[in-house]
Amino acid sequence: MSEDTKGKPRQPGFETRAIHAGAPPDPVTGARTMPIYHTTAYVFDDVEHAASLFNLSTFGYIYSRLTNPTVAALEERVASLEGGRGATATASGHAAQLVAFFALMAPGESFLASRKLYGGSLTQFGRTFAKFDWHAIFVDPDDPENFARALTPNCKAIFVESLANPGGVVTDIEAIARIARDAGIPLIVDNTLATPYLCRPIEWGADIVVHSTTKFLGGHGNAMGGALVDSGRFDWAQNDKFPALTAPEPAYHGLRFYETFGDMALIMQTKAVGLRDLGPALSPMNAFLTLTGIETLPLRMQRHCENALAVARFLEAHPRVDWVSYAGLPSNPYAALARKYMPGGAGAVFTFGVKGGYDAGVKVVESCELLSHLANVGDTRSLILHPASTTHRQLTDEQRTAAGAGPEVVRLSIGLESVEDIIADLDQALGLSATRP
Amino acid sequence: MSDHDHYPDEHLRRILRSVKTIAMVGASPDWNRPSAFVMEYLQSKRYRVIPVNPTAAGRTINGETCYAALTDIPQESAGRIDMVDIFRRSDKVGPIVDEAVAIGASVVWMQIGVRNDEAAAKAEAAGLTVVMNRCPKIEYGRLHGELSWGGFNSGIISSKRRKLNV
Ligand SMILES: Cc1ncc(COP(=O)(O)O)c(C=O)c1O
Repeated sequence: MSEDTKGKPRQPGFETRAIHAGAPPDPVTGARTMPIYHTTAYVFDDVEHAASLFNLSTFGYIYSRLTNPTVAALEERVASLEGGRGATATASGHAAQLVAFFALMAPGESFLASRKLYGGSLTQFGRTFAKFDWHAIFVDPDDPENFARALTPNCKAIFVESLANPGGVVTDIEAIARIARDAGIPLIVDNTLATPYLCRPIEWGADIVVHSTTKFLGGHGNAMGGALVDSGRFDWAQNDKFPALTAPEPAYHGLRFYETFGDMALIMQTKAVGLRDLGPALSPMNAFLTLTGIETLPLRMQRHCENALAVARFLEAHPRVDWVSYAGLPSNPYAALARKYMPGGAGAVFTFGVKGGYDAGVKVVESCELLSHLANVGDTRSLILHPASTTHRQLTDEQRTAAGAGPEVVRLSIGLESVEDIIADLDQALGLSATRP
Repeated sequence: MSDHDHYPDEHLRRILRSVKTIAMVGASPDWNRPSAFVMEYLQSKRYRVIPVNPTAAGRTINGETCYAALTDIPQESAGRIDMVDIFRRSDKVGPIVDEAVAIGASVVWMQIGVRNDEAAAKAEAAGLTVVMNRCPKIEYGRLHGELSWGGFNSGIISSKRRKLNV
């Protein structure tokens, strides 16, 4: 079904690809869903075949730290939905970020990152990456020109979230992509909260997309996972900033990834070097759960967005609520950007400020009976969290406020339950927050 | 001239099915060059690949004698050359395509990054099929599900069981 009557390649629709991409029937058994290939290793035909595989001169499986059929099916599916050339799946979203930067960075180098990111990413970049002598320069993303102003000659990438966790911040991807292109460095977009159903950063000029598939892609709160998707469009040889892709790789007899694999270079490098040497491979079982989750992504995201909008409207009108930061509300400062980048809806993760500060925030979270108090987003279940006391705890007061996680902030991830029940639970919890403990 | 921005999958499948012997212009004796990877891969899929490269003429690459030019390949030992695969810069392609026509090849295939519309039009006028800016290894791998093993987007959606190629 890949051609129309004129012979022009015809792209199947998003919903079709969410179900089918990467997972044709098993050629051996005819099994219709993707089998879970729970194996660590794969037999070689002979020594010559083994040599070809180790030299990367032929396609095939060696060891599941590098590649695995069930994991590869997930990779192809995510790549297809994002409109990328290929993908590398990892054990978690954080691992995807590590593997992506590992391909780009050398000690002493830096990259620009939005200041409005998931708190765990702020910590990974600001503290742990610093131990590799990789330096994140944090920038307020609301004015894209801030990135141009902060660039230094040894910057190797720009990193933003399309829809930032937790605050409902929408990033001007197209404008920032232009700045990255002019600087000859890739733009990496974390598309976890929007998912490719709502936003496809590669269509706006992003070079690499990363995901925590733990969230909406898997969608059921049952499997950790991550992925990086490469657009295949970045010219790694345009400058000498990316030797991991353009210079001879000693571990592969001097092979140059970009010269040998062209637009497949980054995905080959992230497997053959990144996964091989850092080790954060995704388990086939988690790949299977995530593949199954993605099959219903379009339906789930529609309902997630509908429910989130209804809850945001309810909260906006609630006397105990100071403010609501949901880009799907017309009053929101990011509403115009949301209409441009995610016309299908502004996602289901957002924050609101409860009257009464830190204590009231804690009280709301602890009083919920239906919403689960836990540190995750993107589940069928509605989730609630007080970032200042949990995910953003490691940060300074100043960083917390900059990241939209001040003392009065409550974060929601709206699930797929009956929306009246979600609203009723929040209503009673807000009522209780008015009473002194 | 036919459309050289898109090639229907069925068109590429037909080419890869019909071809048996491939002359590879720009083949390298250095086993770690991209052309050597493509040669080795195509040989593993039972194509006969005859290397052509003036700087390596007379040497043996992967069990095959290398020739200086397409027109030097002896008919007696090589038989019919079905396809010419070109690993040369786009502006060097013209004379190679002329030779491909002269030796009676039916397909001219230019590698990724290689495109020469003028040469392609000439070859098509002479009845040859032309593919440009593609790699036969990648296309073979994509159409046979092998590219998907690496997590690449094959663009293929199918509810049919793929035949195992033995
Ligand atoms: C936007 C975003 N990016 C990255 C991550 C990290 O992903 P993981 O928890 O799968 O490592 C998260 C997790 O909360 C996230 O919300």
